[in-house]
Amino acid sequence: MKTANKKVTAERLVRDALEKAKHFADYNIFTFLNEEGAIKKAREIDAKIAKGEEVGRLAGVPYALKDNFLSREGETTASAHILEGFVSPIEATAVKKIEAEGAIMIGRTNLDAFAHGSSTENSYFGPTLNSHDKNCVAGGSSGGSAVAVALDIVEFATGTDTGGSIRQPAAFNGIYGLKPTYGTISRYGVVAMASSTDCIGFFTKTPEDMDLLMSITSGQDSKDMTTLPDYYNEDSEMSSLADISSLRVGVIKDFDNESVDEEIRGALKKKCELLKSKGCEIVELEMPSLKYALAAYYIIVPAEIASNLSRYDGVRYGFRAEDSEDLDGLYENTRSEGFMPENKRRIMIGNFVLSSGFYDAYFLKAAKARTLIINEYEKAFSKCDFILTPVSPNPAFKLGEKINDPVAMYLEDMMSVSLNLAGVPGLAIPAGKNKTGLPLGLQLVGPRRSDKKIIEFAKELI
Amino acid sequence: MKIAREDIVHLASLSNFSLSDQEIESLGKDLEDIIGYISQLNELNTDDIEPTYQVFEMENVWRPDEIIVQEAERESLLALTKEEKDHQIKVPKVL
Repeated sequence: MKTANKKVTAERLVRDALEKAKHFADYNIFTFLNEEGAIKKAREIDAKIAKGEEVGRLAGVPYALKDNFLSREGETTASAHILEGFVSPIEATAVKKIEAEGAIMIGRTNLDAFAHGSSTENSYFGPTLNSHDKNCVAGGSSGGSAVAVALDIVEFATGTDTGGSIRQPAAFNGIYGLKPTYGTISRYGVVAMASSTDCIGFFTKTPEDMDLLMSITSGQDSKDMTTLPDYYNEDSEMSSLADISSLRVGVIKDFDNESVDEEIRGALKKKCELLKSKGCEIVELEMPSLKYALAAYYIIVPAEIASNLSRYDGVRYGFRAEDSEDLDGLYENTRSEGFMPENKRRIMIGNFVLSSGFYDAYFLKAAKARTLIINEYEKAFSKCDFILTPVSPNPAFKLGEKINDPVAMYLEDMMSVSLNLAGVPGLAIPAGKNKTGLPLGLQLVGPRRSDKKIIEFAKELI
Repeated sequence: MKIAREDIVHLASLSNFSLSDQEIESLGKDLEDIIGYISQLNELNTDDIEPTYQVFEMENVWRPDEIIVQEAERESLLALTKEEKDHQIKVPKVL
């Protein structure tokens, strides 16, 4: 990562990034550009450098912030109408940590409203375009962040991954995207979607940058009681990679069929050949429960969404509908106007699966399926060190192609959601391009707390 | 699975929003498709399996019993609401 120094000032880095952001305005990446704030911060860092004072590990590095992270700069809208006008009085822990190291937020990036979606087309601000083909989707929900890094506007961007929202857009744009082990990075100050699967992570151009960001942001936070003690920066068996020739890499047999794009399967085979040439053993895995992960996910996650999104009522912050007769009317009008169709679908599905007549058949059943999926991963990791699979069944698809068919859109997530249900980490890695020039992506999956090893291992796959 | 119009309207009211006629139709169809898809879980045998709600099975994570001063102050929180009167958030009549 290029940090500021006496020769290349932070102001120069920030101005360059802002200029590029404006140059690529037609991609609809940013919901807010932090021109004044970023330049002011850059000058403060340059003054410190001039005085020879200590600056952090990310001194003057411009970055993009997914618009569901709370920070005091600009409105935090989660690309949702209902949060319009919300300027946060608090700052997310992750933002605090990276900015304490000198990183400078140059803009907030577009997402599917409340991160509900796999294409960034569900944004109140319109879709973000793919970095390699403007007729294709950016992927989602962190589409803006992925494109900002892929087009080289910023060195890194933040993302959230509830079911693939970092890995899939990373794959669609040919960059690295990590969904860490559940609980690695504090969720404090990030707009909640599904609390039991939401993860904070990053988009970068190299595994080395990913490692740096993880070492800065991992760790326990008293403001998020689900955070784990910092395992990432601790030397342990989980963080040091064994000799590559002793490693076993699993491939999932159940994904090797025509439901997955041929060129993606080809890219996977090529990487397996590369690993074999380095001495790794390739192990075939049978994971029959994964077939049900998507159904379980689209029960558990909407249930948590219905609960988490009940707080948006127009009373305390954000958008408020006008001319309501009474308080109930205010709630109803605000939510009717303020949510996107996909938000409404998910809230209604959530309330359906949680309602008394259906709870056992859907929610409880899905929670049991989750146990089976966790067990299946545990079994798999007794046979291999990592799993290498596609991130999604296809490369970036055309804008508008799936937006009117929610089930087709959900199927995009079939290979990514099981990781979130199991709490295991996954790193999307670039794996070449298809015939039409669209990036292909794969994901490296490991047991819980193996994030550092995964990142180390990704270097072997370049 | 067929979902009746009144069930869609009921779900919307549980969710605290209302739907236009057009939304009732389009969301109704979407919900049928989605519920049709997630119902495939019925194929999976989950006899004698315990449910998982949180992956690390955490319970009672304690913190020291100290007063934590929140970084957001009253003034900045009140500034976020659309209508304020005498340091109170103003809403339409409740009853």
